[in-house]
Amino acid sequence: MAATSIDMSTTATGELLTADGRPLKESLQRSLRRRKLTALALVAPAVVFLFVLFGMPVIYLMTWSVDDTQVNNALPRTFAAYQQWDGEELPSEPLYEAMFKDVAEASGIQIGRASTRMNYAKSKWKSLMKKTKRQVKALLGTDPDFAGPYKEALIGIDKRWEDISFWHSLGIMKDPYTLGYYLNSFDLQYGFGKEVVQQPENRRIYKTLWMRTLMISVIVTLACLALGYPVAHLLATLPLRYSNLLMICVLMPFWTSLLVRIVAWMIMLQQEGVINDTLVWLRLVGDESRWQMMYNFTGTIIVMTQILLPFMILPVYSVMKGISPAYMKAAQNLGAPPAIAFLRVYVPQSLPGVGAGVILVFIVAIGYFITPELVGGKDGQMIGNYIAYHLKSSLNWGLASAMGVILLTAILILYWVYDRVVGIDNMKMG
Amino acid sequence: MSDPGANPRPAVPRTLGADADAAYVRFDNVQKSYDGVTLVVKSLNLDIAKGEFLTMLGPSGSGKTTCLMMLAGFEPATHGEIFLNGRPINNVAPHKRGIGMVFQNYALFPHMSVEENLLFPLEVRRMPRDEARRRVGKALEMVELPGFGGRRPAQLSGGQQQRVAVARALVFEPDLVLMDEPLGALDKQLREQMQYEIKHIHESLGVTVVYVTHDQSEALTMSDRIAVFDDGVIQQLSTPDELYERPQNSFVAHFIGENNTLHGTVADIRNGECRVAIDGCGEEVSALAVNVERVNGRTTLSLRPERVEIAPPGTDGFNTLEGRVEELIYLGDHIRTRLTVAGHDDFIVKVPNTHAHRRLKIGEAATIAWLTEDCRALDPIAS
Repeated sequence: MAATSIDMSTTATGELLTADGRPLKESLQRSLRRRKLTALALVAPAVVFLFVLFGMPVIYLMTWSVDDTQVNNALPRTFAAYQQWDGEELPSEPLYEAMFKDVAEASGIQIGRASTRMNYAKSKWKSLMKKTKRQVKALLGTDPDFAGPYKEALIGIDKRWEDISFWHSLGIMKDPYTLGYYLNSFDLQYGFGKEVVQQPENRRIYKTLWMRTLMISVIVTLACLALGYPVAHLLATLPLRYSNLLMICVLMPFWTSLLVRIVAWMIMLQQEGVINDTLVWLRLVGDESRWQMMYNFTGTIIVMTQILLPFMILPVYSVMKGISPAYMKAAQNLGAPPAIAFLRVYVPQSLPGVGAGVILVFIVAIGYFITPELVGGKDGQMIGNYIAYHLKSSLNWGLASAMGVILLTAILILYWVYDRVVGIDNMKMG
Repeated sequence: MSDPGANPRPAVPRTLGADADAAYVRFDNVQKSYDGVTLVVKSLNLDIAKGEFLTMLGPSGSGKTTCLMMLAGFEPATHGEIFLNGRPINNVAPHKRGIGMVFQNYALFPHMSVEENLLFPLEVRRMPRDEARRRVGKALEMVELPGFGGRRPAQLSGGQQQRVAVARALVFEPDLVLMDEPLGALDKQLREQMQYEIKHIHESLGVTVVYVTHDQSEALTMSDRIAVFDDGVIQQLSTPDELYERPQNSFVAHFIGENNTLHGTVADIRNGECRVAIDGCGEEVSALAVNVERVNGRTTLSLRPERVEIAPPGTDGFNTLEGRVEELIYLGDHIRTRLTVAGHDDFIVKVPNTHAHRRLKIGEAATIAWLTEDCRALDPIAS
């Protein structure tokens, strides 16, 4: 072998050196550095974009869902004094003084925010705080040197300051962070001593809502699979000129406004709608007993299935497109009847697409809110509708954030389960 | 498309299996059209004997693969009937035909291991588990892949996949195995090795093999008989040596091996031989009258390069023509010599590299000579 000696030396530890005496490893890294930097520069904009517009909001969302600083910021003296209170009977003068001074010093906006939060702990806090702020301001206006007795003054402003349960409820809010919103998301709440208790019966809605959301998502996903799989198979196996036409039919809904599609369904499904009219005309259904297919669970299922169908068809199709027709031929040639060949040879090979489609449809479905909003009625509402409600109507962003985080966690858990059962590498989006 | 009956090439006599009862596979006047306008297979009659290795050879689009697909049951015959062991099978579903097949790209199921692939045909036949495993082990041994049962097809090399495909086609012990260009994806060396292996498996198992390829050397190496396809018609059906040495028409002469052509007009036909006046020089030469119709008709003469000699002056009993040396390519054992003969500069002679042969020079005039029995007068092709 060693007919010619190659001019290459080694270091004391046996590392290879290049001709100029540098370790080979280092030289290799140096030569690859430029390529790495170029690659990094190319992906940087996308990474920054993703972080600013996706990562940051998610982080904010998680912060808001546990944040409980509004009251702490507005009433710092009160919470300091609150530590001394035994909670057995009405607080003594120092706590009233702290409350009085906090209310006097806090800005109107601070009091507004704090009182909104306090109202979640106990109703009537909001009106009490607003009234107190107003009166304290007036009192200090007439007597800038007012120095007590504060207890008397506050009780004088409103009798509720004599009610010990208001003072007790402050205990829930003494920490800057809270899991209260998460408890609320599952119909639970903190008792006054921060113990976890059930919501009052008339306010328990979320557990049912979560179950319903899960059920709608599962049913819609299964319906999409049942309807989409044969279409995808047809798309993948028809001659090109027919499959192109079919593909346009599949994609057409994508090119139509979501609202237009939902309104079209409303025309179809309502009691005086196309389907009911046809059924009545065919005398299959009596005029007085028309089917209720909208503003309920059924309506949400039907319309969401139609809207999410392409999300199932496309990934399944893209995987099926890659399955050579030779496999089905081979299976039949080896003695398998067409149905057995399909189940044992074709279906397993299409599973990566099915996995991708199922995950995609399920994730989109679980957070859906436009369709249930328009055709869901009362028992077709999903968790997304309540997130939207808390974001734009009740302005309880803490609760909305908590529900958002729970949704996100549910999806991550789903991913994890999928990875354990099927393997995420097995998933093909197209 | 011309009417098959009007084809100038003659119908080919069947050398084997002329007796219908002896034929294991029989194509009886089979026609196939995909679009209702043109025939891809025109009136195919073919008998294949039990245990025979028959190759369908032809350029792409000649209809050979279509014939195989009709036999496997994946394409219905437009007209005619196919018999398997005396039983018409046109209406038998592919999975009930019991024919093994090796596909072009093997079609091994990627989601199953090698063993599961081989078990598949046995499982659908409800064979007991132990017996099935024993057979799979035997089949893997036959293709020299014992111990590979746990691998996925993607973890095998092309040659190994090919062996697995062969094993899978044979594991349920079919009497007939179809192979659709099974070696097309392999490199040259591996392809040649696999040719011998498939040949040996055929010999030791005694199965009937119908093999489709466009590679003539593959066909010549492996087959008992070769059916040369062109334009949906079998141009010639005979043994490899017969096919090479006695082509029945110009297409076969051209498609199999290297071939020199001379164009001319028939001057006389007598005792199976004919005199042909060569275009461009006017000289008359003798040839075997294989496929000429009449005196004054056009013909193409076919001459194998190794059967032509650069003649020393004054040779008796040979046909001779004058030519000029254009190119010499040194190939070790022989020198490939290109000459201009009768106005065409593509006449090839393989001159053996022996002491007896003198060295030629480019531009030199040379006399080419051949025996009448090596020159075949065939149907005319455009010059």
